[in-house]
Amino acid sequence: MPLAMGAASRRLAGGGMLRIVAGRCVQAVIVALVVGVVGFAMMEALPGDAAFRIAAGRYGYDAVSAAAADLVRAELGLDRPAPARLAEWLGHTLVLDLGRSVVTGERVAAAIASQLANTVSLAVAAMLVALAISLPVGCLAGLAPGGVLDRVSAVLSIGLRATPAFLLGVVLMLLLAVELRALPAAGHGRASHLILPSLTLGLFLTAVLTRVVRNAVAETVASESFQFARLKGLPLPVAFWRHGLRNASVPVVAYLGVQAALILEGVVVVESLFAWPGIGHALTHAIFQRDVPMLQGTALTLGLAFVVLSFLVDLACRALDPRMRA
Amino acid sequence: MTGGIARFIGLAGIAAMAALALAGPLLVGHDPARQNLMASLPPPLSEGHLLGTDHLGRDMAARLLAGARITLSLAAFAVLSAACFGTGLGILAGWAGGITDRLLGAFADGVLALPGLLLVLLLAAIHPNSWWTLYAGLALTLWVEFFRMSRARTRIVVAGPAVEAAQMLGLGRWHIVRRHLWPAVATQVLTLAAFGAATVVTALATLGFISVGLRPPTPEWGVMMAELLPNWREAPWTVMAPVICLAFTVACLRLCAGREEEA
Repeated sequence: MPLAMGAASRRLAGGGMLRIVAGRCVQAVIVALVVGVVGFAMMEALPGDAAFRIAAGRYGYDAVSAAAADLVRAELGLDRPAPARLAEWLGHTLVLDLGRSVVTGERVAAAIASQLANTVSLAVAAMLVALAISLPVGCLAGLAPGGVLDRVSAVLSIGLRATPAFLLGVVLMLLLAVELRALPAAGHGRASHLILPSLTLGLFLTAVLTRVVRNAVAETVASESFQFARLKGLPLPVAFWRHGLRNASVPVVAYLGVQAALILEGVVVVESLFAWPGIGHALTHAIFQRDVPMLQGTALTLGLAFVVLSFLVDLACRALDPRMRA
Repeated sequence: MTGGIARFIGLAGIAAMAALALAGPLLVGHDPARQNLMASLPPPLSEGHLLGTDHLGRDMAARLLAGARITLSLAAFAVLSAACFGTGLGILAGWAGGITDRLLGAFADGVLALPGLLLVLLLAAIHPNSWWTLYAGLALTLWVEFFRMSRARTRIVVAGPAVEAAQMLGLGRWHIVRRHLWPAVATQVLTLAAFGAATVVTALATLGFISVGLRPPTPEWGVMMAELLPNWREAPWTVMAPVICLAFTVACLRLCAGREEEA
């Protein structure tokens, strides 16, 4: 569900290298500010005495005493006025000092470092699934617009696009894991655990990507320069390789910027569904357990990953399309 | 499939859903929260429960319709607020230009700094299990699309000869908005509204399902799916019912929106 489009990427695409870098830096600061303010507001909005809640999270509800709550309050400085704590809080966030999880006591940075590898492997696997389906299907459909493959893939794409990612995951889980018992339903450790989550996320990305590839190829093939290449006698594969591919790849790569938002949203949902121990899973757990430092760390990582991915897409667009460098 | 018929089917589906949601309690006659542990998971069409009951013996039909109320009301209010603010501010920014345009544009870009669902998730986390924080988060992410579209269209129309002529004839601002600007954005606003509503419905169910949105015992479709999933073997229909409701609503909204323009 593309709530957000790669807006800044389109606006900045025409500018120079400096503008791109500056724009992405501003975006990164906004991400840090939003995450910091949300974390702080969440801390403030905790029902009852925050010190008691955190103590309960640490020691269990039965072992909480006023003394334990006082210890927590003194340790975390919960008794100072709100503006002072917000300023200190934002200061910590902006220099990426993430602190420790209030539930497990583990360093947030260390926890994220171990989760990041899992999330990246899931995202890469999903992207490979999406590309493996979208590129061939999109190209073939685009080379023959209105053909059987084009129409079938259009219908499938519309249906898939209207399906929320978690629903797709549930259907695949019930079908492949529960009914056919072919794959593990959830978990982590063996390679087979990666298949269902990456298939879910990959298919979710495929829906739109196939149509983007198809439209880009169809437009390129219909262009005068490509028609000329065919007229001078180049066979279709050669003409497409030499004159079509690069033109068609520009909108596809630009779309990957939008895709970045979908991947990050999808990672949160799919990891939670399949208990995949990545950053999205940690984020939903942190929200559920009211573990604010962990929430900040994971949200910040996902937000900054979005900035970095958008930046890479900006660079790729510039490299592919000389008009943007002018 | 021609656009007109598809839109009509979508609109009729949503209208039927809304009517059922409004008339829900009268039609079913059960309290969606009332448990009956002696009658857990009977099949549909049994013992006075049209769609059976869930694992705690709560009437499924009553819960589904209560879920429809929550979902449709959230979609309607979030989209309405986003459309009003987004379109109004977009027309203002496109027409006024200058510093107004810059400030509003920067705010819109700021909202887009995070992926939309992530922003909703974070705002909803401040005060969990609340309709209002979900509403605020979704309206905040949705208004940007209305803003960007109406700003771009307004710029074009304002630069055109029709508005210039109207201004030279001394016609008022309100007249220009009504006769020139609103007609230029109106159809797009409706399309974006239908897509936005589909996004809200999906996001609400997604967040409910991964237990960071509304929480049990609220009869929300995503929450119901998560609650009922363990009963898949004994009573698959209880899992299917909220899935069908969700898919039907989203499909109808997307049909209302008509052909989508590629990103």
